[in-house]
Amino acid sequence: MLAFVAPSIDYHAFAPELIVVAILAILVLVDCFTSDYDKSSQSSVAGFGLLLALIPVVTLAMDGTVRGMFGSPESGYAYVVDTYSLILKALFLVSGYVVVLLSQTYIAEGDYWEGEYYQLLLASILGMMVMASARDLVSIFVALELLSIPAYMLAAWRKRDLKSDEAGIKYYLMGVFASAVMLYGMSLIYGITGSTLLTEVAANLRQFPAGQVPPIVVLAVVFVLVGFGFKVSAVPFHTWAPDTYEGAPTPVTAFLAVASKAAGFVALMTLVFVAFPGNTSTIEPLMFALSAATMTVGNLIALRQTNIVRLLAYSGVAQAGYMLAPLAVYGVSGTVGLQAIIAYLLIYAAMNLGAFAVVITAARKTRSGEISSFGGLIQYAPSLAVLMCLFLFSLAGIPPLGGWFAKFAVFRALVGAETGWGYALAVLVGINSVIALFYYARVAKTMVMDPAPDGDLSPVRVPFSLRAALVITAMVTVAVGVLPGLVGHFTDSVTIGAALGS
Amino acid sequence: MGNDVNIGYLTLSAILFGVGAIGLLVRRNALVMLMCIELMLNAVNLTFVTFGSMLNDITGQVVVFFVLVVAAAEVVVGLGIIVAVARRRPGATADDLRVLRG
Repeated sequence: MLAFVAPSIDYHAFAPELIVVAILAILVLVDCFTSDYDKSSQSSVAGFGLLLALIPVVTLAMDGTVRGMFGSPESGYAYVVDTYSLILKALFLVSGYVVVLLSQTYIAEGDYWEGEYYQLLLASILGMMVMASARDLVSIFVALELLSIPAYMLAAWRKRDLKSDEAGIKYYLMGVFASAVMLYGMSLIYGITGSTLLTEVAANLRQFPAGQVPPIVVLAVVFVLVGFGFKVSAVPFHTWAPDTYEGAPTPVTAFLAVASKAAGFVALMTLVFVAFPGNTSTIEPLMFALSAATMTVGNLIALRQTNIVRLLAYSGVAQAGYMLAPLAVYGVSGTVGLQAIIAYLLIYAAMNLGAFAVVITAARKTRSGEISSFGGLIQYAPSLAVLMCLFLFSLAGIPPLGGWFAKFAVFRALVGAETGWGYALAVLVGINSVIALFYYARVAKTMVMDPAPDGDLSPVRVPFSLRAALVITAMVTVAVGVLPGLVGHFTDSVTIGAALGS
Repeated sequence: MGNDVNIGYLTLSAILFGVGAIGLLVRRNALVMLMCIELMLNAVNLTFVTFGSMLNDITGQVVVFFVLVVAAAEVVVGLGIIVAVARRRPGATADDLRVLRG
């Protein structure tokens, strides 16, 4: 009989997650002992906790050693802390913090359950952090559910509101369907390879010579990746996104559009680069089709939107298409493609959260999500209008704002691959960027040229938390555009797989 | 156990998964859709257990516990959201959820 050997646990490597768990417990306790009429402590504790968890992320990054747990050097590890996972954990923590800033006044002043809101938000962020380190099919599945289940509830968080209920139920049904499909793919992969550890899956999948891959392997890989296609709102699995984004409370929408989408990409990248590095003949055409359809359909539908949140939803769909593009040439571009996606995710988080921050701030006065309600913004809130232009043109990819470097990284990966598929996608990204500029510029035109809808020119009161969120996101957006080396410095060192012995 | 039995189980789980997936796409009652999701997840469980026994490996059976727990959590949330909708409009089907479109 085999004796049970407890796995050794590296507490330094686990520190960020442990801190978030501890803060989660503290939030529940604080919730029990505070009055129902004043839950303002919740947002402070949540925001403080997220910043606190950044400290071990920084110390781990300075330490620089790759830490693996639950496995052996020969077989690979199920939980890995390396530059890849650390940079993404930092992204989740910072964007989570910005979402807390966005939520503070919105949730406190609206008709919402305030205490549980921040608990669920932190639980979801915890799931994302685990996802960044997970290198095993089971832990990827558990992380996916941990980040999704709270998000289903948050989408339906507006009390007694049909729109919000509808947003929640659509997101829930699509999300659960997607995870069931993904799980079936995982069960097939387990059956084929006999392991759930990603490194062993990759080793066992390599035994099939190119061109003779059994159809069941293709089916399994496609099922798993399609499951995450829902999460990143890739066409044709994007139908939930606009409805959920419009119906959900706006800070939750910002969270879903940035953090949740990033988590989907993290899982996609981990699976593609660690588990399926040899399955290029299956994945590259799939990703080419998904990426081309996603950016084109997203941009074309965005053209005729009249609601700013729906416009940002479809713009987010299109941006997901750009981010998927490097995966279509991942066999050739390898790490360059990986770094391009990570750079895009970091910059996208800053500019998209910024755009949502402006929408939330402006809606405090206008109480509307229609684009026409932004008319005359430049007259009564010039700084808001300038910031919105900044974020929108950054999303469009105009230098010297952050977005251009993100697009540049994607182009570099696509063109650098020197394949027909790569060039074709690069051309598509270029055409789509031009289409996208049209609808971003239309919002900017409304803000600058159109009169205020009701002639009301009283200024917008901007609370401190929203001001902080706007400053953080604007600074990152501009700094990255002017000094692209900032992001390059972090992303160029990112590798995955190499450190795992595969 | 013969290999034929295992193939039988795998076929059964594939059929169950297909029934669940088609049911989810075709049926319009939110509760029935939830039942279809359960069917899909249990088909996955059956696949994992069968592969576990074929490979003589415990992992396949351990995974089932994770799936069971997560499925329970998912159903709790799903039922909660459905109840919230049903309170606003009793007897709502998926076709009635059309406030948001475009």
